[in-house]
Formats: sequence, structure tokens, C-alpha cells
Amino acid sequence: MQTPKNIIQKIWEQHVVHQEEGKPDLLYIDLHLVHEVTSPQAFEGLRMNGRQVRRPDLTYATMDHNVPTRERHIINDPISKKQMDTLKQNCQEFGVTLADINHPDNGIVHVIGPELGLTQPGKTIVCGDSHTSTHGAFGALAFGIGTSEVEHVLATQTLWQAPPKTLNVKVNGRLGTGVTAKDLILAIIGKFGVKFGTGYVIEYTGEAIRAMSMEERMTVCNMSIEGGARAGLISPDETTIEYLRGRKNVPQGQAFEEAAARWKALATDEGAAYDTVVEIDAAEVEPQVTWGTNPGMCIPVTANVPNPNDFEKPSEKDEINRALEYMGLEAGQPISSVKIDHVFIGSCTNSRLSDLRKAAEVIRGKQVAPSVKAMVVPGSFSVKLAAEKEGLDQVFKAAGFEWRDAGCSMCLGMNDDIIPSGERCASTSNRNFEGRQGKGARTHLVSPEMAAAAAIAGHFVDVRKFTAQEVM
Amino acid sequence: MEPLRIHQGLVCPIDRTNVDTDQIIPKQFLKRIERSGFGQFLFYNWRFDDDGNPRPDFPLNAPEYKGASILVAGENFGCGSSREHAPWAIQDFGFKVLIAPSYADIFKNNCVKNGILAIQASEEQVQTIMKKAKTEGYTLTVNLEDQIVSDNDGFTFHFDIAPYPKEMLLNGWDEIGVTLNYEDKIKQYELAHG
Repeated sequence: MQTPKNIIQKIWEQHVVHQEEGKPDLLYIDLHLVHEVTSPQAFEGLRMNGRQVRRPDLTYATMDHNVPTRERHIINDPISKKQMDTLKQNCQEFGVTLADINHPDNGIVHVIGPELGLTQPGKTIVCGDSHTSTHGAFGALAFGIGTSEVEHVLATQTLWQAPPKTLNVKVNGRLGTGVTAKDLILAIIGKFGVKFGTGYVIEYTGEAIRAMSMEERMTVCNMSIEGGARAGLISPDETTIEYLRGRKNVPQGQAFEEAAARWKALATDEGAAYDTVVEIDAAEVEPQVTWGTNPGMCIPVTANVPNPNDFEKPSEKDEINRALEYMGLEAGQPISSVKIDHVFIGSCTNSRLSDLRKAAEVIRGKQVAPSVKAMVVPGSFSVKLAAEKEGLDQVFKAAGFEWRDAGCSMCLGMNDDIIPSGERCASTSNRNFEGRQGKGARTHLVSPEMAAAAAIAGHFVDVRKFTAQEVM
Repeated sequence: MEPLRIHQGLVCPIDRTNVDTDQIIPKQFLKRIERSGFGQFLFYNWRFDDDGNPRPDFPLNAPEYKGASILVAGENFGCGSSREHAPWAIQDFGFKVLIAPSYADIFKNNCVKNGILAIQASEEQVQTIMKKAKTEGYTLTVNLEDQIVSDNDGFTFHFDIAPYPKEMLLNGWDEIGVTLNYEDKIKQYELAHG
């Protein structure tokens, strides 16, 4: 009998082009996603060396990081404009398909890949963006790369990669009502730390993961990198197959059924081993709020901000003190007492239709607190259109939210969507690093439901109680 | 890429853990389409106040660390974004060697591609260097061939590095050039996998 294998090992073995003692494996890349920020120097490198894009047909580009979210055709920043124009020229010159800002398929690279069916189980997928791990939700081996590697993939369609260690994050039981995929991944990073996944590829397994929709699985896999893992994936199942059926770039008809059978066979074998296994009980996870300056600094909404004196290691004490100072918080204060100035619903973590639907349910018929500026930035053109079709834009606008065009927006503030210094944002994005949303800006990561509830209340509030009663 | 064999240089300490790439090079500087000139923006928000004046308490601004080429920092250095602008900024500022207890995977890869040696040392070794680097003019010698770090007082340790990145750094190779030697294999793979 063959040794049982996990999905990471299966995908790896199928993609090795060359193996040699003392070298990493030369791995074939099935899909290369490109955006405007991390690609210009790579295309320039090709030009300087007289090289071509080896497989333009396996390369797909979009513009997302710099895109304005209102009046998107007017790009005030000439450097942003130049970066976007450069991508357009590079795609024309090298024959790469581009969903530019006028294209109906435009959107955040990690939102459109799955939408268009480019993301498929068993593929190796790379992009010059650390949140490429998102595509792992489909049972693809997807990871972020730097610009030199972007150039390498453009030129050779391969990468030298040492086989990763494998880590099984097993989520036992079911998430409680009002507790989301975002809360789960934050709780995982909070529990195991921001570098528990370094050197590993994660496979998420367990009942709570199986019960999730594809969009929820994308939220979980998206933030693998915040736990240090370049890639995090989930074995494909019926949920995966049904999401992909009929999408633009997947096989159709009988060919789809054949592909589906191959995809399902990729799932981890019964009894397969991993280098490491960690477990978490889903029922114990509560809605999370980050209080500090990395995603591991999170607590349940019912808890208090930590006290540095409760920690022994000097480097930990230092880090907590520095984070509290930056965030303008007192040790021991209830996180629910923290007042917010901004709410951002968007980013490759939480900007899909189901995220918007859930946030809209929380705010329907209510008003954003007078002191709060709130905005929704759908993940793609198509998410925006679908949301408008079912009237979600009206729900948000009636509550006092701004309804914007698609893009990365305030997740990293490369366009005009920036939080002023010292102000505080409840954000559905993935990073609460210092200055991430603007120099001096204070970011608290939460789920779309928690962000929506905070927008109404003007401070953090337990969404489980919020939906049950009116909050002052 | 310039080969790196033996390097001697002044050590600059940044005594912080989980230094993310948003700190190393903030997002407002990612719009450039060139590969060079990022050094002036290295650790921008930590180096400069809101008016753009240097903060005197940040090590990179201290006169005693002027010309430093070895950076020592706490664990999980380079976490977060995949932006290669981070190693470009580090290199352009003049650093050739990093020493930390651990690094984020993508950042570490990006360093190799740019000829920066990211040495993984133990927490204890890093703390020792951190302390010593607070005295003036502390230099280290890094021998990549023998995988040895040493100072003038007899402090020395051996570090691990995988054969492939070592070879790349020692020779300063263009990786794409190397890979294109395997083009037949790539073609074979493509034929076999449709």
C-alpha cells in the first residue's frame, strides 16, 4: 500500500521540474498573478537582458493597490499614475492579459483570481504579494514572492524552492453564532503567534473548516502569512467544486466533471502525516479585536487590553509597551470601551459579496455614529455590481456609509484612502502594523460584522449582543 | 549582483522584535518603478518625525553608526508584505549583512536575490552582539565561505546556511541565467503536462 500523503506533498510532487543534490527543487508555476506595485522592476529586468515572458498564457495582471476608489479615472498622484501606466505598457509589450481599471474583471488580485476561475485546486500560484496565500482556500499551493522572483517566473515559469515543512492546523468543532472565519484566523494567530508558521505550509482541517463557504475559507487562508506561513491551504471538497462550476476559466461540461474528480483526489489521504500538528477548539473562539501593532496582538471583544507587567520576557514587555503607546491605549482597559473614528470594510481578506451581506445585515435600518466615518470598498467590480443588484449599496448608504469603487484602498493606503495620524480605525483588513493605514494611524482588525457594529455604536461592541438588542 | 565572501563592517543594533516590512519601507515609497534609490526611505517613519527631521534616538541617525554595514535585530525580522523594496532599501542604505534570531520566509528569500546575507543566530548570540554594538565602533567580520562570525575580542560563532543560497551569494549569480540552463527540463515538463 502507498504511504498516505497530505495535499501539500501531492501538489509539490506534481510540479517538480528538476531535482538535484544540494539544490532546492525547481518547481513549475501554473499561474502567475501580477499587479502594478511589485512588477515594474521585474519587466525592466527582462528588457535589460533581452528576455521574454515564457508563458503569457499563464500570466494574468490587474491594477489594484493604487486604484482610486472614487472617480477612479482621475488619478491625482502622478507617481501612482506612472506605475499604472507602466503596467499597461509592460503587458502590451510582453503580451500579458491585463484587467485594467476600465475592465469589468478588474479588482483586487486575490478577489478576481477565484471569481474568474483562474484559481483552481492543485495549481501552483504565485504573485508578488504576500496575501497570495488566499488562493490556498481552493487546495492550490499559493504563495507570495518578491520582485526578483516575479522576474524569474516571468522568464522561466519556475522557481527554485526547498520543499516546505507541513503544518496541520486542526480546527475542532463548530464556530459559535456571530463568530466568523476572521475571528478564527485572528484567534489562531493570537494563540500560536505571528511566526508559528514560518518555514511551513499550513493545511487547515477540521469540522469548522469543512462547514465554511469558499469565501470564508479564503479569509482564513488569506491571513496565513500573518502567522508566518507563506502558504495555507484547504483540501478541495464539494464546496470547492460547486463554487468553481461554470466560472469563466474552468473547463465546462464533461471536462469539468473530469477535472472535479482529479481535484477531489488531491485531498489529503486518510492517515497522512505532517511535520507538526496544532489544534484549536472552534467553540472557544469569540469575536476578536486586535489591540496592538501586529495581528497576533488580538483579544476577544469581551476582554481587556493586556498589561505588560503580566509578561516576563523583557523583549515582550518592550513590544507591548511600544504597541500600547503607539495605539494610545491603557493597559487593562476593556477593548469595548475604545472609541473609533473610522470604519473600513474591504481588502483581500473581507471584501467579497458574503462579507458585504453580513455587514449589511448588522447595520440595516441603523445609523453610523455621528463621530465615525465609515466606508465600504468592494473587492472587485463584479462584487460591487452583485451587491448593488441586491440593494446592499442602498443599505450602506442609508446607514451613512460611503459606497466606493473596488481596490485595495485603505488596507494599505497607497491611494488617497488614508487614516490621519492619531485616529482610530476598525478595519476588516489583515495588518495592523504601525503606519499601515497612514502614518500614525491606529488600526484594529475585526470581522465585517464587528466593523459594522462598531460603526453604529462608535466603539467596539460584541456583535453577538448587538444583533440581539439595540446598543447605546 | 556582487559576490559576498568575507565582509567586515560596523554593526548597528535595532533592538526590536517583529520588525515588519511596512516599517522597513513604508507604502508611500512603493510607487517608484526603479530598483534603486530606496535607501533614503529606509525605516522612514522611525527615522524621521512628522516634519521630516531625523529622530536623534533612532540608531540609524546616531553619528556612531554612520557607515554601518551590518544590522542586528530581534526575531521575525522582515515579517509582513512581500515587497522587495525592503531589501532594496536595506542594501541601498549600505547594509550587506543582517543578524537576527529569525526572519520571515519571503523577506529572507528576497535578501538572497539581492546579495544580502541574512544570518540566523541564536537569541543569546544576538543579545551579545546587541550589547556590544552599543559600544562605539563595534565591528564584526563575517566569513561566508567558512560560515563564521567573529569580532576582535574573541567572540565568535558558526552559522548555518543552506548550500544553494550560499553558492548564490558567494558567486553573485544571476539566478535566471542559471535556471535557463535547465530550459530543456522545463520544456519536457510542459510537454508532459500539456
